[in-house]
Amino acid sequence: MSIDLSQFIPSFLEESFEGLELMESSLLNLDAGDNEIINSIFRAAHSIKGGAGTFGFDNVTEFTHLVETLLDEIRDGRRDITAKDTELLLVSVDCMRLLIEAARDDADYDQDKITETTHLLEQTLEIDGPASHIEIAKSDEDTQEPAGKIWHITFIPEHHLVQTGNDPLLLFSALADLGELTLKAKTDLLPAITEMDATELYISWELSLISDASEEDIREVFEWVEDECKLEIVELEVSPKSSSSETQDSLRNSASVDPEISDSQTALVTEQPASAIQSSEKIEKIEKNKTKTKQDSGSIRVGVDKVDSLINLMGELVITQSMLSELGNDFEISKLEKLKSGLDQLLQNTKELQESVMKIRMLPISFAFNRFPRLVHDLSIKTGKEINLVIRGEQTELDKTVMEQIGDPLVHLVRNAVDHGIESSDMRIANGKPKSGTITLDAYHQGGNIIIEISDDGGGINREAVLSKAIEKGLVDSGATLSDSQVFDLLFEPGFSTAKEISDISGRGVGMDVVKRNIQSLGGRIQVESQPGIGSKFKVNLPLTLAILDGQLVRVGTEVYIIPLITIVESLQAKEEFINKVSGDMTLYRLRDDNVPVIPIYQLFDLPADTKEVNNALLVVVEADGQKVGLLVDDLLAQQQVVIKSLKDNYQQVEGISGATILGDGSVAMILDVPGMIEMAMKRAQEKQNEHILEGALV
Amino acid sequence: MDIQALAKDIPEQGEYSLEGIDFITSGKQYLTFLLGEEQYAVDILCVEEIRSWEQPTVIPNAPKYVKGVINMRGIIVPIIDLRLKFNIGQATYSDITVVIVLTVEIEDQSRTIGFVVDAVSDVLNAEDNEIKNSPYFGGCVPQSCIDGLINVGAKVVTLLNVETLQLIEKHKVD
Amino acid sequence: MTKILVVDDSNSIRDMVSFTLKSAGFETTEAKDGVEGLNKAKAGNYDLVISDINMPNMDGIALCTELRKLPSFKFTPILMLTTESSPEMKMRGKTAGATGWLVKPFNPEKLLATIKRVVR
Repeated sequence: MSIDLSQFIPSFLEESFEGLELMESSLLNLDAGDNEIINSIFRAAHSIKGGAGTFGFDNVTEFTHLVETLLDEIRDGRRDITAKDTELLLVSVDCMRLLIEAARDDADYDQDKITETTHLLEQTLEIDGPASHIEIAKSDEDTQEPAGKIWHITFIPEHHLVQTGNDPLLLFSALADLGELTLKAKTDLLPAITEMDATELYISWELSLISDASEEDIREVFEWVEDECKLEIVELEVSPKSSSSETQDSLRNSASVDPEISDSQTALVTEQPASAIQSSEKIEKIEKNKTKTKQDSGSIRVGVDKVDSLINLMGELVITQSMLSELGNDFEISKLEKLKSGLDQLLQNTKELQESVMKIRMLPISFAFNRFPRLVHDLSIKTGKEINLVIRGEQTELDKTVMEQIGDPLVHLVRNAVDHGIESSDMRIANGKPKSGTITLDAYHQGGNIIIEISDDGGGINREAVLSKAIEKGLVDSGATLSDSQVFDLLFEPGFSTAKEISDISGRGVGMDVVKRNIQSLGGRIQVESQPGIGSKFKVNLPLTLAILDGQLVRVGTEVYIIPLITIVESLQAKEEFINKVSGDMTLYRLRDDNVPVIPIYQLFDLPADTKEVNNALLVVVEADGQKVGLLVDDLLAQQQVVIKSLKDNYQQVEGISGATILGDGSVAMILDVPGMIEMAMKRAQEKQNEHILEGALV
Repeated sequence: MDIQALAKDIPEQGEYSLEGIDFITSGKQYLTFLLGEEQYAVDILCVEEIRSWEQPTVIPNAPKYVKGVINMRGIIVPIIDLRLKFNIGQATYSDITVVIVLTVEIEDQSRTIGFVVDAVSDVLNAEDNEIKNSPYFGGCVPQSCIDGLINVGAKVVTLLNVETLQLIEKHKVD
Repeated sequence: MTKILVVDDSNSIRDMVSFTLKSAGFETTEAKDGVEGLNKAKAGNYDLVISDINMPNMDGIALCTELRKLPSFKFTPILMLTTESSPEMKMRGKTAGATGWLVKPFNPEKLLATIKRVVR
């Protein structure tokens, strides 16, 4: 039978990465000196080694063996763990990850790093030479011994042998697999019947085996019972080595005479080539699978509780369905109430089902937060700053896709906090602050969104420095008066960097603008709060999922549009005194200090509409890319969650529209792409201006 | 069978010549429909469903012949009026106006689009060798959309290429 | 049908062992650590237990010791999965009452060959 092992490889990879994460986070918490922590690190390494060996990733096995040995020494108390050991183990974890990733992607890896780390590990372990002692699964390709030996075996088991689950009969059948076996049971050890215990074994055996097996092969059969028996293995007759081929011939001849031996012999002969073919097939399969895993968009591990709740809901839905269909079979108007309550129940079921299905894609944000203890640990060594990392709300759940895409922006924000936020220890002491700085990561739900906060207790953002840099870069006019939040927003302008020197931590000014763009592409936004001397806080606001959004339904003419709630600043009825017409065609609305351009949706989308005059009209003020605009609509309808459907599947991308959804009545409504609409409006205005210029030139 | 002799009879252009040599093909079924007074046909295997006209949701700034999108069992399906697209007949909408929803696989992706026509007329059986090359004399329908002509009695049915139809909205102005 | 209890904290190894055994016509039950393994063992009858040694909560050695205390597991073969082929590890297993051991890494063929030595 051939078992295709490759199907278990994705699962092995997944748990290996989990194991590595556990090793890393445990190593970072090791200062406590807790033995249980060491144990769990050891276990993780041990599992990875075992799995890697089984699935044929020998380089992983070899490397992990060294790590495991070091951990074993620590675990057994043979070695006191030093900070240097911890660092080495952390680097080793990186190496293991490198190797496993390379195995997954069937790609090359940084061999120098592995060699170097291997060397360091060996030095630490005081092992000389390459790790040649590691046991890699040896196939049964032991060189064949001269055939046709006769073995005499005396086997006297201890009385309690069967109590370990061993069965003499099975031992004998294993021996019979090696050659021709004859056995003689001896009962001389049998006690008087009154002293006999039914659970004990009193028989011993004399066996003779004609086989080409070595003594070692025979001993291996008795491996598990060695200590519970008296075992003597004696070779009775040695065939001359020179005539080994002859003996084989004679064996074969005798085989043809004796059908029983013939069976076992042919089995032995054919077995090896067959297994060789199998294993080469296996390699092919594993390779195929590797490419498969690479393309795989990834699996999701779902807690059994979530699946159970789905199944329960499914059950309820089925009950409701059968109730309704029965009602439909012979419906009378008197049963209307029953129908109504049935439909209510259906609504409830559907809602719960939807929630549960969405929950399947939700993972705790700890998946994204996990990498930060290590990151901060490394950064604090690199910068010489003492930093505590506080993580809160790790269990807050977030859509898998959002999680995958928010990782990099968060890393950048944390690096930024270490680099620009936290002051050096000297400066902190001089300012009367605790010597070590604190960076806090916090996540929580608010409405339909998740908020992630990255805050530090550092020096805060230097408003003047930011402003003068922005003026220098021509991002703002020198005379401009800006609010704090407007100044902080400058940090996200492309090409802006306040670091006096480019450090290798937060890079060279590319970054914050990319961070903002990434967050926006997820339908989220980022805000900054900062107080001089006290610290800064970056607040990332993200939708929980990309599949659903909270929307405000609005009407324009006969069409219904959905404005993502996250973009809405406020809705208001336009008052005449705040309306200003500028440069001929543009309408601005004064909202406190801001002049907000008005975009009439009907104009942008070329639709018939009820309201074309801004005065008294409904304006939905939305914000994107720091730009506020007022969308002119006919009517504000309900707010509701909508499921986002792509227009691209069957049609194409539409300017100003991010997707569509199906409303309760089955009709389709378009979801507005606010940044896209602003871009459209700006483009139109520009075109119009160009036309005017052209006309002006003609006149 | 004398393939050489057969090949002589085959017109030089068009897919028919290739299909023609391959004699084993059995007939295919086509759904025929009306645009104005003219008969058109599409491969019946591509037809997802035939539905009556309903007012779709407008797609902002789309070309005139793209009437909008509808919800077909949870899928967003664009609706294209072939009469407007090909400029044939009058684009009027009534209870008997019909939408033929077609699905094709293009580069591993299935695309579903609804096409507004005046009426569905019949299912037509035609062998591949009954499909004649369409002469190129201009006309409203782009040549790339036409797979050939089928004679039905004295009338002629234009066989449309569903794949090119599906890509119709990619090139807004032909 | 021969019933086998497979105890391992590693999903992939557990799946692999279980899959191999099922393909060979055995019936398997899986547990992810010693505690779960012991509970499942108490709840049913098994013809063989295959257990990893290194596991959280309760390791394989402790599981073995506990199983041998149960009357229904007095003679049941118990195989330990181990990456350590050291004599002392084997001794610990034997002392706890294990029938034998299977050294990792192993392949399905080796696993089945080993099982043949403990179940009829």
